[in-house]
Amino acid sequence: MGLPKKRTPFLIEILNLSKAYPGSGTQAVHGLNLSVPQGEFLVLIGPSGSGKTTTLNMVNRLVEPDGGEIRIEGRNVLDMDPVMLRRSIGYVFQEAGLFPHMTVAENVAVTPQLLDWDRPRIRARVEELLDMVQLGGFGARFPQELSGGQRQRVALARALAARPPVLLLDEPFGALDPVTREAVAADVRAIHQKLSLTTLMVTHDMTEALLMADRIAVMGDGHLVQVGSPRELVDHPANAFVAQLIETPRRRARALAETLRA
Amino acid sequence: MNANFREAWALLPDYLGQHVILSISALLLGVAVSVPLGIVAARSKRLGTPVLAVVSVVQTIPGLALLALFYPLLLAVSTLTQDLFGFSFRALGFLPALLALTLYAMLPILRNTVTALDGLDPAILMAAKGVGMTPRQSLFRVELPLAAPQVLAGIRTATVWVVGITTLSTPIGQTSLGNYIFTGLQIENWVFVLFGCVAAAALALVLDLLLALAGSGLSMRSRTRLVAAGLGLIAVIAAALLPELMQAHSSTARPAVAIGAKNFAEQYILADLMTKRLRGAGFSVTTKSDLGSTIAFRALGSGDIDAYVDYSGTLWGNILHRTDMPGRQAMLNEIEARLQKDYRITSLGSLGFENAYVFAMRADRAQALNIKSLADLAQHPELRIGGDFEIFSRPEWRAVAAAYGLGSMKRRQYQPEFLYRAVVSGDADVVSAFSSDGRIARYGLLILSDPQAALPPYDAMLLVGPAHAHDPAFLAALKPLAGEISLTLMQRANLMVDRDQDKQTPAGAAAWLDKQIPH
Repeated sequence: MGLPKKRTPFLIEILNLSKAYPGSGTQAVHGLNLSVPQGEFLVLIGPSGSGKTTTLNMVNRLVEPDGGEIRIEGRNVLDMDPVMLRRSIGYVFQEAGLFPHMTVAENVAVTPQLLDWDRPRIRARVEELLDMVQLGGFGARFPQELSGGQRQRVALARALAARPPVLLLDEPFGALDPVTREAVAADVRAIHQKLSLTTLMVTHDMTEALLMADRIAVMGDGHLVQVGSPRELVDHPANAFVAQLIETPRRRARALAETLRA
Repeated sequence: MNANFREAWALLPDYLGQHVILSISALLLGVAVSVPLGIVAARSKRLGTPVLAVVSVVQTIPGLALLALFYPLLLAVSTLTQDLFGFSFRALGFLPALLALTLYAMLPILRNTVTALDGLDPAILMAAKGVGMTPRQSLFRVELPLAAPQVLAGIRTATVWVVGITTLSTPIGQTSLGNYIFTGLQIENWVFVLFGCVAAAALALVLDLLLALAGSGLSMRSRTRLVAAGLGLIAVIAAALLPELMQAHSSTARPAVAIGAKNFAEQYILADLMTKRLRGAGFSVTTKSDLGSTIAFRALGSGDIDAYVDYSGTLWGNILHRTDMPGRQAMLNEIEARLQKDYRITSLGSLGFENAYVFAMRADRAQALNIKSLADLAQHPELRIGGDFEIFSRPEWRAVAAAYGLGSMKRRQYQPEFLYRAVVSGDADVVSAFSSDGRIARYGLLILSDPQAALPPYDAMLLVGPAHAHDPAFLAALKPLAGEISLTLMQRANLMVDRDQDKQTPAGAAAWLDKQIPH
């Protein structure tokens, strides 16, 4: 009331966002509203074609929205220069998306270089990041000399190089074997915590979502079906669709518990 | 054999040097045009499809034709710039060859650039955008480096093509390793032909290896390999430029002139003879051999060459477009007057012999069929007539065909050299031949008489271009040749080159001829 300007507690605000791909006839994202507070790890989940990756890609304008708004720290991203916007947001691609003609160190240094950091600062930052993702000493190697998990760690280091406040991850563990997957997921979660990032991650694996997320946003057919903490989703699924998504990890947990007891 | 090899070897620095300079210039130009064009074409299908189609069509034009087409094209442009802006340029030699070869170089480079850029992993392109690259940064930091190996493969293909096709620039007046091949084919000097082929192949191989080295240097990030490839390329270019530079340096004080020759032995010999006389008078002389008939004449008028020998009958039909027969001396007089008036070309007069188009048959076969004259051929419509590449489109043939009713005879075309073989082996029954050719007697051929005088006389005329028409030293060096070369002398000189036993090079025959003629 007395306040001159309302300060939002949310770092990312998505307002009435929509997108239709030309020629597809269907709406990929339909009037989506979603707010993410600073420091939250939010997972977007849903089956293929539910609009979750499209939503993620609109946050750094890899996909241009048809309508609605996305605010980061109160600023509408549609008013920002898309190139500068992308340099200020970390992004980890589905299969790492590392540049095969660059070394690990060069891959990590890409965004700082685009931002014209000086050389010593870039070198120090690359070393710091490679240590953080447990790949110290791997700087001179090429991506094709690394394992899938190592590549995904390099991609994470690259995404974080320019100290972005926001991290976007698009099914980052899809191509990894289960053991590596769990290790990398744990590291991502730890780094999120350590750097107090605001993280949006897309996945179709509910177990992963339940284990990693502060909150889960369930999407279906371009609509937001339910948002809530893992606990809320498990205890109070909004409808049969969410309940069905929850059922799989639940059944597996039960089966696992029985196996272990026996 | 050994003398031939020595002579071929002595010509190598000049031929190879010019070949390298032309090939590498065309390749550099080709890369400079095709890579940017490829980038644009890869981004816009609407532009890319037609561009690739045009470049592919260019590739289907035979090399010799494409090179030859650039000569009249450039000549027209040169005439236009002369009229509009008061300057002209040389339409013969380096420039048309460069443009045609550049066009040839384009297809593999362009196609590989487009294919490489089109084939990039979309996830990588997305990542480049996602980390905050502008389209330009994405192009230079990601797309081009990733496309580079394939683009380089295209450049290697282009290199091998261009080095090979450069040999075809000889007929438009650009010296290249093709001079060995064209000259060698005409005078049946297989050492020359082989020498030219091997030299061109070796050059292509060396350049390809250097590019492969550069490519592996790029992909392995080996500075040593890149430096080695760079030094190798520089060494090849330096070695190619050396003879040119030395020549330019040593001959700064001597006026430079160019002597032309069409594509047969007599022309090589006469060009070598003129060269010898001019060098004796202190000129620095280059020769442009294997020129097409009309190209040689145009080149003289435009100053691309300064002198060559042509034949009155050829000029009468091809340049003056005349079909009437006013008599030998009247024809010479009229040609000289017209060349002077219309083309500022001066005739130093007839050399003293005639090299007429004639038609010849094996004597035994002519006797068996009871053929003595062209008129008798009309009785034998089943006979096949062989000609060189020019004869059937020349007015002389039309005159003969009309006069004797030979229009429906079956025709075959041969390299001039193979004409004699064709008639001797029976592959053709009648062939076109040249009266000064020593091989007519050697193969026992019968020249068919021309009772209606359909064929004009072909006095060899020494023609001088506008630049040296009033140069006393130039004229003094060539004038003594006029009227001094009898038919017998020329036939003997021609046979020295054309025979199989004790075969001479044109330069050898020219040296012999030089001694027979007063200075």
